[in-house]
Amino acid sequence: MLEVRDISKSFGGLKAVDSASLDVASGEIVGLIGPNGAGKTTLFATIAGFHRPDAGTVSFEGKPITGLAPHRICATGMVRTFQITQPFAGISVRENIMVGAYFRTADRRLAAREAEAVAALVGMTDQLDQRGADLTVAGRKRLELARALATGPRLLLLDEVMAGLNPTEIVEIVGVIRNIRASGVTILLIEHVMQAVTSLAERVYVLNQGRMIAEGTPAAIADNEAVIEAYLGHGAAKVLRA
Amino acid sequence: MSRAVLLCVVGLAAAVAYPLLVPNYLVTIGMLVFFTAFIGQSWNIAGGFAGQTSFGHVVFFGTGAYTSTILQVTYGWNPWLAWPVAMAAGGAVGWMIAVLSFRAGLRGSYFALITLAFAEVFRILANSVPFTKGGLGMLIKADPRPANFQFKDPIWIYYLALLLCIVSLLIAWQLTRSRFGARLVAIRENEDAARALGIDVFAEKVKVLTLSGAMCAAGGTFYAQKYLYIDPGIAFGVDKSVEMLLVSMVGGAGTIFGPLIGSFTLMGINEVTRWLASVVPALKNVQPLSLIVYGIMLILIVARLPDGLMSLFRRRPRHA
Repeated sequence: MLEVRDISKSFGGLKAVDSASLDVASGEIVGLIGPNGAGKTTLFATIAGFHRPDAGTVSFEGKPITGLAPHRICATGMVRTFQITQPFAGISVRENIMVGAYFRTADRRLAAREAEAVAALVGMTDQLDQRGADLTVAGRKRLELARALATGPRLLLLDEVMAGLNPTEIVEIVGVIRNIRASGVTILLIEHVMQAVTSLAERVYVLNQGRMIAEGTPAAIADNEAVIEAYLGHGAAKVLRA
Repeated sequence: MSRAVLLCVVGLAAAVAYPLLVPNYLVTIGMLVFFTAFIGQSWNIAGGFAGQTSFGHVVFFGTGAYTSTILQVTYGWNPWLAWPVAMAAGGAVGWMIAVLSFRAGLRGSYFALITLAFAEVFRILANSVPFTKGGLGMLIKADPRPANFQFKDPIWIYYLALLLCIVSLLIAWQLTRSRFGARLVAIRENEDAARALGIDVFAEKVKVLTLSGAMCAAGGTFYAQKYLYIDPGIAFGVDKSVEMLLVSMVGGAGTIFGPLIGSFTLMGINEVTRWLASVVPALKNVQPLSLIVYGIMLILIVARLPDGLMSLFRRRPRHA
């Protein structure tokens, strides 16, 4: 479904993403993990059209989308959320989600109905009339999810939707993400909290210092020496095994 | 909903009856209230709804005023026919400024400054190119016939201003309930999120500035036909830009009735201060008393009611 090949992106002298590749098949939940500053968000932003890659290609459902503008990429059926939540602060949750729903229809009533359906899916029905600015962190994360979902994507790119949530909220949002997948949406998600990913993803990619250092099932990844060292420092793997 | 409709009907009835009941000079003040609300609304559509704050909206006003006046004076057009052409010219200038500044990625205060610069460039051009008659300005020959877009009785120009104001309110109302309007608000609130949700931010901003420019240009022609004289300072002077911005901000930027309430308030202050200066001897020498009151009022509103006077009336947002 999504093929990312040898993407590189530098900012000034810093190589944020260095020849990274990944694949997502239809129906999967795929995780992208890595320590802080590994380049996960940059890779995401590049896939979604917010940055133009220095090298490499992205294709979605067989069509090349490298370097397309974000709204065109959204039109192909792939949409991203933001790690730092970006609610439309001055308008209600309902109006926030409607902006997404308007992507598929110009009819106000249909968009409002769609917004309510999506709100129900992510558990925001009670907050529909709250202002975006008045939401808690957990509410904002859900709103990111809901707005993106309302555009009717086939692939959802979720950037750290669990960061900043407490354990109960994480359990809830994991359930929400499972429901979304069950409704037929493929998911690629960034997390830097490992446990969150292992409970959701079937496959995990690990990015460190801009490079893809491992790929596999969560269990295999948790056992991978390079991954442990990326998280805990050089020599950590040996210490853990001892 | 029904209460809002009732208020609108009562307001409209009062606005229609008003000029029949008051002396002529009050009719003209009423005309100015609606006219200023109209050009204020043209600012509000771009600056309030879409968040593209302009400090130089007068560029569209002047373009409209000069286009219809030149067509009329130099080429002998009927002003009614010149009116849509003036609007098209204002729309074209809006389109051009939008394409140039948004292609260059200008946002926020940078966009505001570039509009100010455009207005100044147009003012200087109008002062120096031959077809605007330069600093002398252009005089439209008085020939008060309705067919000529000139009216002997101020009541007709009052009703025309009222009509313009109603049309602008309907446009703003449509924005609050259409996809286009929802996208403009999304762009105002967060451009990156809007892009991620499939909105072509550039195209929408160009659209709204074109619309706003055309509306404002319609106001320019109206003004020229009312006063029968324009010069570069009147047509492209910064005070009209400030007026449009001020009535929207005071009334409530991004709301349907904001510019009208702002225009009503400012015109009221204007008249009350003028009257005060004439009856209180101590105030006689405080020349622009209205400006002092404006200033105080603006400070109070920015500090206490950042969403304008409209926020005093607003209840919880409701939805169909």
